[in-house]
Amino acid sequence: MSFYELWVTFSTIVIKEIRRFLRIWIQTLIPPIITMALYFVIFGNLIGSRVGEMGGFDYVAYIVPGLIMMSVITNSYSNVVSSFYSAKFQHQIEEILVSPTPNVLILLGYIVGGVARGLIVGFIVTLVSMFFTDLNIAHAGIMVTVVILTSVLFALGGFLNAIYAKNFDDISIIPNFVLTPLTYLGGVFYSIDLLPEFWRNVSLVNPILYMVNAFRYGVLGVSDIDISVAFGVILLSITVFFSLGLYLLKNSTGLRS
Amino acid sequence: MTKALVIRDLKKVYAGGVEALKGINLDVEQGDFFGLLGPNGAGKSTTLSIITSLVNKTSGKVEVFGYDIDSHFSLAKKNLGVVPQEFNFSQFEKVYDIVVTQGGYYGIPLKQAKRKAEHYLKKIGLWDKRQVQARMLSGGMKRRLMIARALVHEPNVLILDEPTAGVDIELRRSMWEFLREINAAGVTIILTTHYLEEAESLCRNIAIIDKGKIIQDTDTRALLRQLNMETFIFDVTNQLEQAPQIDGYVTKLIDRHSFEVMVLQNQGLNRIFESLSAQQIQVLSMKNKANRLEELFVSLVAKGNVA
Repeated sequence: MSFYELWVTFSTIVIKEIRRFLRIWIQTLIPPIITMALYFVIFGNLIGSRVGEMGGFDYVAYIVPGLIMMSVITNSYSNVVSSFYSAKFQHQIEEILVSPTPNVLILLGYIVGGVARGLIVGFIVTLVSMFFTDLNIAHAGIMVTVVILTSVLFALGGFLNAIYAKNFDDISIIPNFVLTPLTYLGGVFYSIDLLPEFWRNVSLVNPILYMVNAFRYGVLGVSDIDISVAFGVILLSITVFFSLGLYLLKNSTGLRS
Repeated sequence: MTKALVIRDLKKVYAGGVEALKGINLDVEQGDFFGLLGPNGAGKSTTLSIITSLVNKTSGKVEVFGYDIDSHFSLAKKNLGVVPQEFNFSQFEKVYDIVVTQGGYYGIPLKQAKRKAEHYLKKIGLWDKRQVQARMLSGGMKRRLMIARALVHEPNVLILDEPTAGVDIELRRSMWEFLREINAAGVTIILTTHYLEEAESLCRNIAIIDKGKIIQDTDTRALLRQLNMETFIFDVTNQLEQAPQIDGYVTKLIDRHSFEVMVLQNQGLNRIFESLSAQQIQVLSMKNKANRLEELFVSLVAKGNVA
């Protein structure tokens, strides 16, 4: 295929993915916005006013980056896992598999679809957060880079989950039993400096901690961890997940007999 | 001339150890209307799925219009259009979007894909339904949608895996006409079907696969010539107490107004009519008990006859 044909193929997958989550916007875009607005009201305004400051900021301002990141992570992941698994389950994936589309474009197309949803939800949540606190972005470049890379990473995670999934239970196990606990324990609501040393060290093996803190550094200019380590963790994870995703597509695990 | 499809020593062993294909060879000429027949589990769908890369082969070689499906993946795929057995499109997407999107997967720019989608949806009688979600279509319409989708990139080979399963007779006949039309326009068609009347009517060449092996691969007429015996049913006006006796033929009473006669290939029918006239039996109508290809198919598969 020529470069132009490859571009057409890639954009077809991306447009199809974006059209899918926009068509069901009541299921995909509205719930995370309502959930995050409740977090802002309850944890930010009601409880936050009693917590006082954290990391040198009002509590509501401190949790905003974590909540934005939480919505980006959840939506990037769930978009790809549900879309790709449904396509596999209903055999629609065969539409692409019988075509000349290279595996790398299938993977990239689904990732960009997931990133698009993650970023749209993240942007709307950011707008909602402005009703509760003033956002003065400390490092816009870092903020944007971190949110995009994190979104890519979790879209890849969703893709891997979808490839391995054999039924609909399998696509909810990781989000419910792995992703949600790791996100809540990833420093969204607190600084790990508040934890005893043992639990602080345990927290350092949680990859989401690095993403939340890197994003918080971009927004507020404060972080519990070294930003360069955070970038290293994210980029290394993306490389491993992307390679694994391509390997699984090439070897047709769960797709071709 | 380059062959539309070449398969050499194709083998497939599934993960559980099931040997679905035991080294099959097939050649399909350009412009052919080719039927791949076989009982359930014989290896038809596995063969088609390997050609379309939905199943990985264990060993062997497959070429589409001279392009190896491994080394010239993209060119081989561009030459292929696939109509699968099961509906495999998003039920929530609109008919038009499904066809246009499929064009996109083949690198066809949007404007061109829209034009082609319009052409094929009109041709297959679904243009009026273009803005309808696929789930709202009838079974027959869904099958036609899959044909339009498979044609949008204008492939040289169209593979149809039981395209008329569950389709009513009228629609089946109109689909046959459409398939004949696109075949006449130069598209090579490879078809699997359980309706042997369909294969006999449409296919110029037929291969029969059983237990992972090709047991027949020849043109339809030559295949039918192998049929040693046919059974005919006669409807008569007379009230019969027993089947008429006809010298040299085996007869059997079905009911008071019909009986069947088994006719060997070299016997012909004249003597039957002569004998019936002599017995003053008035024949109203006569028909084959079963489709000729069906009789042959059943006997070949039953024998496990290896060509």
